[in-house]
Order: sequence, then structure tokens, then C-alpha cells
Amino acid sequence: MAAAHGTDWRLRAFAPAVLPVVIFVWAAGHLPAVAAGGTVRLAWDWVPSLGVSLSFLIDGLSLTFALLISGIGAVVMLYSGQYLSGHEHYGRFMGYLTAFMLAMLGLVLADNLIALFVFWELTTVTSYLLIGFGHADAKSRRSALQALLVTGTGGLALLAGFILIGSVAGSFELSEVLAQPGVLTDHPWYLAILILVLAGAFTKSAQFPLHFWLPNAMAAPTPVSAYLHSATMVKGGVYLLARMHPGLGGTEPWFWSLTVFGAFTAVFASVLALRQSDLKQVLAYTTLMALGTLTLFLASGVDVAITAAVTFLIVHSLYKACLFLAVGNIDHATGTREVSRLTGGLARAMPVTTVAAGLAALSMAGFPPFLGFIGKELKYKGILAVASEPYVVVAAVLAANALMFAAAAVVAFRPFWGRGTPELEPGATPHEAPWPMWIGPAALALLGVVFGLMPDLAAVLVDPAVVAILPAGTPYELKLWHGVNVPLLLSIATFVLGLGLYLASDRLRAGLAAIEARNPVHFDRGWDRVLDGVKAFAGWQTRLVQSGELRVYLRLTFATFLAALGGTMLARGIGVPAVALPQLLAKEWAVIVLIVAGTALVVLTRSRVAAIAGLGVVGIGVALVFIIYGAPDVAITQLLVETLVVVLVAVVLLRMPRLYSEGRVIHRPVDAVLAVAIGGATTAVLLLVLEVPLDRRLTTWFEETSWPEAFGRNIVNVILVDFRALDTFGEIAVVLIAALSAFVLIKGIRREGRE
Amino acid sequence: MNSVILMAGSRILVALLLVFSVFMLLRGHNEPGGGFIGGLIGAVGFVIYAIACGTSSAREALRVPPETVAAAGLGVALLGGVWAAVDGDAFFTGQWLFLGATEDSKGLPLSSVLVFDVGVYLVVFGSILSLVFALEEEV
Amino acid sequence: MEAVLAILIGLLVAASVYLMLAKSILRFLFGLILISNAANLLIFAAGRLTPGQPPLIPEGADAPFGTVANALPQALVLTAIVIGFGLFAFALVLAWRAYTELGTLDSDEMRLAEPREGGS
Repeated sequence: MAAAHGTDWRLRAFAPAVLPVVIFVWAAGHLPAVAAGGTVRLAWDWVPSLGVSLSFLIDGLSLTFALLISGIGAVVMLYSGQYLSGHEHYGRFMGYLTAFMLAMLGLVLADNLIALFVFWELTTVTSYLLIGFGHADAKSRRSALQALLVTGTGGLALLAGFILIGSVAGSFELSEVLAQPGVLTDHPWYLAILILVLAGAFTKSAQFPLHFWLPNAMAAPTPVSAYLHSATMVKGGVYLLARMHPGLGGTEPWFWSLTVFGAFTAVFASVLALRQSDLKQVLAYTTLMALGTLTLFLASGVDVAITAAVTFLIVHSLYKACLFLAVGNIDHATGTREVSRLTGGLARAMPVTTVAAGLAALSMAGFPPFLGFIGKELKYKGILAVASEPYVVVAAVLAANALMFAAAAVVAFRPFWGRGTPELEPGATPHEAPWPMWIGPAALALLGVVFGLMPDLAAVLVDPAVVAILPAGTPYELKLWHGVNVPLLLSIATFVLGLGLYLASDRLRAGLAAIEARNPVHFDRGWDRVLDGVKAFAGWQTRLVQSGELRVYLRLTFATFLAALGGTMLARGIGVPAVALPQLLAKEWAVIVLIVAGTALVVLTRSRVAAIAGLGVVGIGVALVFIIYGAPDVAITQLLVETLVVVLVAVVLLRMPRLYSEGRVIHRPVDAVLAVAIGGATTAVLLLVLEVPLDRRLTTWFEETSWPEAFGRNIVNVILVDFRALDTFGEIAVVLIAALSAFVLIKGIRREGRE
Repeated sequence: MNSVILMAGSRILVALLLVFSVFMLLRGHNEPGGGFIGGLIGAVGFVIYAIACGTSSAREALRVPPETVAAAGLGVALLGGVWAAVDGDAFFTGQWLFLGATEDSKGLPLSSVLVFDVGVYLVVFGSILSLVFALEEEV
Repeated sequence: MEAVLAILIGLLVAASVYLMLAKSILRFLFGLILISNAANLLIFAAGRLTPGQPPLIPEGADAPFGTVANALPQALVLTAIVIGFGLFAFALVLAWRAYTELGTLDSDEMRLAEPREGGS
């Protein structure tokens, strides 16, 4: 630990932060233009035939997110460089983290719905990899898989929603979709689109009842929790809601679903936050609370509510990332994150972390003059402006805020300033973390103060984002002091209530734990049961369909084919056309008799040689058909192939045992019925095809151009080698592959011990 | 199979069939024939030879492993397609050279289409022989 | 004649389906050969039958005289025959290989990849 104590200001330590800093500076360069109301659009074709392009739009909303992602990314990367230095998979970790950052930037900047979806799924995948970073631990793996399945399922719903949007609005470009007011909300598919998009957003942003993956995701290393699972990725759902607000918002279903899910998640999570005994879990539940609150505030289209949402979004990202990293430092210094063991005394040992965490917690608790205070005032104002039942919702938000106050104190006050002494892991001595691990949290905490003291600075980020969400709205002015009014009184009530909750937190935790122990509804375990059910169903279905017997598979295939064919004919009411027996020439009769006789021989005989002879007869009969009806090329090919089949069969078959070793023929009436039905259906289809006049346009074109343009008199050959040469090329490639595969099967595998 | 007549006859037969197969290949653009048929005839010739004189002498007579012939054929066919691309046309557009063309005669027509058909011939020929030879040897 | 051919093709398909459903893998292979013949005939017949007039352009003409057989299905069938042969050869070798490895031609007994549950 000696190196960690020293101040290592070597350049190497900065290396991980270079890329995010460069992106941050690039993004910040767009600030003046965007603050002036402009947008920047960059576009490249990707799959033009499907209307998919790689287009990016920098407007107020995406720029705010991009700055948060790259800025906090820089802090987290710098931190991780130290936190995981010397880890055997350090490079892998940084790779994942960088990939995540780029995907997340793509998500918020994308202007094409399909591109957005791809980036959305990339964040899911990188999140999976990062949660499962400690892959040797079964709990990590389970959490990673759970997060992947929950958010991945939501992602699929989102894709379906996007495709519906694309077909309704006629474009996958977000800017074009959102430029048509009412195109989605007035469409009959609106409800379906809304449900699908909300399914994606709610799973990503861990709204109740699919919230459980987020606390489990805390199995990831702390910088990941700080970055993905509080500051950025989980805000992806919130971003989507904000982004789609102009297109999908402003309706009753939108308002009620966001209000109900958001409010419930917020209150539910803030109560559970106090129940947790692990500092990271406390923070995870307060993150859930924040996500619920953000969802709640995006429900309406009222200026002040949207301003509150955007402000709170920034506030939360700043303080929550800082607090997570501070908890990482505590963990680093003491070896534990247990609330009951961290009862005080760390302030002296880790001064910078103490101050940073303290500042962040004050912002989280909503004290003036922090940005958190502005955010909280705006929340109260927004709720008062929106809610039709203000008292109920205000009470909910008040309770949530007070609980958050208490949680902030539990995380950032008690471990440092409490009266007790920490119970350390054996061998740990409390110490300040090395500089890359405190400089970032300190910077984030200070930003909370700076923005609070100079709200105009924060407004540069907030206002354009509000305009992006509410094109017609005017951002509410950010101010520290609005005079004595209802929100201020509510703030004071929050502090008093929060203080009381903090003082009672140990008893509350015990009480909540007791309730939880008796509570039969458990989402995490419920999820396991759902997975078990899916597995059991898959097993049952596999046993049903995949019997492992070739004949069963074939029967199923043929029966399905028959059902599809017969079903279509029945459903359309298509009858089989009557056939008048035509006058046939003698040679035609001869051919028919030949083929029928050969077929009968193959089916009925018990001798291999007779069967081969029967096959030969059928083959020659078919070749004769080709000869009679003007297809010499085909006939020659057929005859030659027939010869070779006989050679192959003779070589191989005669070395295999007899057809019926037990010496008796087994009659299979069920198979016979199926076979006759399929044969009959084939005849019916062909007769129906023959009813329709033949479209000879293509043939005529080939006939007319074969000589003048392709210099060939044999039209069949010209089609093969000139007009459709690419097809033929594919076909000879298939022949080659089949021959080589068979060659390998014959020659290649020589097992040892085979006699 | 130790039939002297068959052995002696097959030598002549394989030569005839090979010449015939090339004839079928070359005339294929204007009369029934072409790469598929030519390749099949050539393969049948060698199969007869292999049955009569044994696979090892058939392999000797062929000199090149049939798998190589087949793979090379695919390459030749591809060449017939790429020719057009080199000339600036779409892939697999027929390209024609009329050697010694005069006012009333087209001369000797050489084309990318013929190159392609030769590729088809070689693939079919090589594929079938590699299969048959391997089966004869191992089964 | 097309109508008669349609019935003939139905018969061929019925025979091959019945053969393919047999226990013995050899009978399955016979069915495979028959069904490719049936499919080729089906494509050929669907393009209509024109007796005796191959799609060739006579010397000195730019296009065939009168109605000749439909060249398009012929081209399709020609390659289908060769590919069908490739498929059959591969299936045959596969069957032979399975026989030498597993010692049976009964497809029900070939359960290397999907053993019977409970292991019998």
C-alpha cells in the first residue's frame, strides 16, 4: 500500500481519462451554439435501403447528457485507473468501460431510432460485462444475467415500438418523427407504441416492479456502480422518456403511467433505502428513488416540472457519482461497507473524502446554497403546479425527500463524524485514498456548490435541455432564493422530518427488516421463479418436439407442410380443378407406365438390388419426359447423373446390410395416409398452377436477347452461364462444398481404436 | 474387377469420352451441351476407368488430385466473373473477344462466358471424381 | 399431358414421403432420390410442356421460330439435378459413415447426439 499512499502525479495516471476528457472538450465546444438555440446534425448512411442511418443530433438534451457522460466518465476512469491498478484484468475492465462510454454517448446523440436501439443494446451488453466483471463469483454472474435479461427484454419491446413509430411516422429519423406533432398520439397504434416504448424505458431505468436488477447490479466494482448504475446508463430510460416527450407525451395514458410508476418507485425505493445495511445498497435504492422522481416529473408538460426534472437529473448525477466513489474510498480504507460497522471516526484519516462526501450529501439532502436545494425547491414547485391531488403527491415527495435526507446522512455523515469507531477489517488502517481517487469526487462535489451559488451557470445546461423536451415551453428561472413561499416551508419540513428519520435510522432498519422477513412478495426471488418456469417450459417443449428420432421430426415436418398447404386451400375455398383425361400418345403412355412401375418397385421390394433398379427406371423415365418435351440439355444431365447415382449406390449400398434384416416388411398405415395426403396436395397445387395462364415475359426476353446480345444459340446454356451466371456460380460452389464435405467424411475422421 | 477386355476397352473409352466431353463443353453455347454436361461426361469416363483399372491408376492418369481440380474450377469460374469487373462492367457481364473477325465472319469468339463454363466443367468433374475415388478407396 | 404429369408427380411424392418415413436409413435415401426427381418434374411441368421444340435458335435467325419449350425452367432443373446429386452423395456418405460408426441403419437407434432420457 506504500505506493498508494504516496502522491503519484506521474502522467501515466492520467492516461485513462484522456479519451473522456477529449470528448468532454469536444462536446463543450458545442455549448455556445446550443445555448443560443441551435442544433448540430451529423449523418452517415448505414443501411440506406432500410432507412437506417448513423445520424447524430446535438441539441440541448443530448448535449447535457453527453457532457455528463464524458465528464463523469473522465472522473470514473481516472478513479478506476487507481482503484483497479494491478488487477489481472485491468485492461479488460478499462476496455469495457470505454466501450460503455462510447455506446452511451451514441445512445444520447443518435438521431436515428434504429441506431439508438443498437446503442441502447450495446449499453446493456457492456453493463452485463461490467456487472459480471468479478465472474468467479456466482452472485456477480447471476446479477449480470438478471440485468441483461430484464433490460434486454425491455430493449426488444423498445425495438418493436421503434418499428411501429417508423411505420406510423414514415421515418426512422427522430428529428423528422418529432417534427410532426400529433402523428403518433393521434394514431390508432398510439397505445401499443406507448406501452412498448415505456417497457424499454422503465426496465432500463429500473422502475417498479422491475427495479430489482439495479440493487443486484451493485455486485459490480464501485466505479461501475457510480458510472453506469447511478449517473448514466440507468438514466438512459429517463433520457428516452425526455426525448420522446414531444412525440408521445401530453396524453392521459402518458401522464398517468409515468406519474403512477414514477411516484410509486420513488416512495417505495426511499423507504427501502433506509432498510439497507450496505452503504452501496443504500445508494442504489436512493438511485431508484431518483429515477422514480425523474419519471414522475416527465409525466406532465408543465415548464416548471420539466425544469425540475432536468435540474434534478444534473444534481443527482453529480452527487450520486461522488457518493459512490466516496463509498469506494471508505471500502478501500476500512475493508467494509456495513452501516453498522462504520459508526464514525474516519474524518481525521480521510479528510478530502470526508469533505467531498459531505458536500455531495448536503446537495443530496437539499441544503442551500447547493444545486440540490434549487432542485428540491423546483420539485415542490413542479408538484404543486402539476398535481391534481397536490396533497397526496406532495406528501409522497416530501416523504421521499426526507428519507433521502436521512440516507445522505447515513452514507456521508455518520462514517466520518459519528461518535463511534469503525470496526475495521483485520489489517486495514484508515487512510486517505490516493489522489486519482479523491480528486474526481471532490470536483463533482464542488460543482454542486458552484452551480448552486451561480444558478445562471447551471441554466446554460438546463435551459436548452428543457427547450428540447418542451419546444414551446419557457424554462423556469433557476434561483436560490424565491422568498418565503410554500416550497421553502416544505423544505424546512423536509429537514426536520429527515433529521428525525436519521436519528431513528437504526431502529427503522431493524423494523423494516422485520417487516421484510414476513413479507411474502419478493421480487428478486420471484424473478428466479420466473426463470425456473421458463426453463421448465423449455424442457417440456423440447421433450415434446425434439424426441431425437428422425422419423418423428420428418413426420412433424411433413404434417406441418400439409397443414399449411391444406389449411390455405381450405381457408381460401380453393377447390381442385377437374381434369379431363387427355388423349395421350403411345410414347407418353410408355413413359408414364415406366415411371409408375419403377416407383412401385422401389416401394414394394425387399431387395436392395431391385430397389436400385427401380430408381434407375424412374430416372430414365424422367429423362424421357425431358426428351419428349424439348429439353435435351436437361435429359442428358439427368441420364449422366442417373449413371453416377447407380455407381455410387452400387459402391456403398452393397456393403451395407439388407433392407429388412429381420426378414419381414412392416406396414405403416399412418405414414401411408400422410404420404398419400401430401402427394395429393402436390398434385392439387400443380393443377391449380396450371389453371393460371403462364407468364412468359422472362422466357420471351431470354429468347429475344440470347443471340443478339449474348451470342449464344442454346438459350438454356446462355441463361446458365451468362444471364444468371451469379446463380450458377453459387450452385457450383454448393456442389463443391457437398463433394468436399463428403470427401472429408469418407477420408478425414479416423478415430483411434477403430478396427 | 479383372476383366482384360474392360481394361483395354476402358483406355480407349476414357480417351473418347474426354474428347467428347470437351466437345460438349465447347459447343454448349449454341447446341445442347455446356459445362455441366461436359463435366459429367468427363467424370463418367474416369469413373469407368477407375472401375476397370483401379482407383490408383485412375489417380495417376489424372495427375492432379480431383479436389484440386474442383477448387481450381471455382477459381476459374470466378475469373470469368471478375473479367467483367476489370473491364468496368457489372460482375459477371459477358465479355467477348472476336479473334480474326472480318466483315462477314465473326472469327473465333472467345468470351468470359466460356471461361465461366470451363470453370463449371472443372467443378463438376473434380467434385464427382473426388467423391467417387474416395468412396472406391475407403468403402 | 400436364394434368397426367401432375398426378404422376403426386404419386412420386407420396412414394418418396412414405419411403422417407421408414426406419431404415437406406429407404430414406431412396425417398430422397425419388423426391428430387419429383421436384424437378414439378418445376418442369409448371413451366408448361411443349413437345419436340428445344429452345435453340437456328443458324441465321435472331430468335427461335414459333413456340419452343420454355427455357427458364430447363435452366433451373438442370442445376437442380446436379445439386440434387451432390446432396444425395453427401447423404449417402453420411449414412455410410453413421453405419460404420454406430453399426446400425435404423434411424431410431442413431441417438449419439440426443441420447434417450434416463440412458437406456
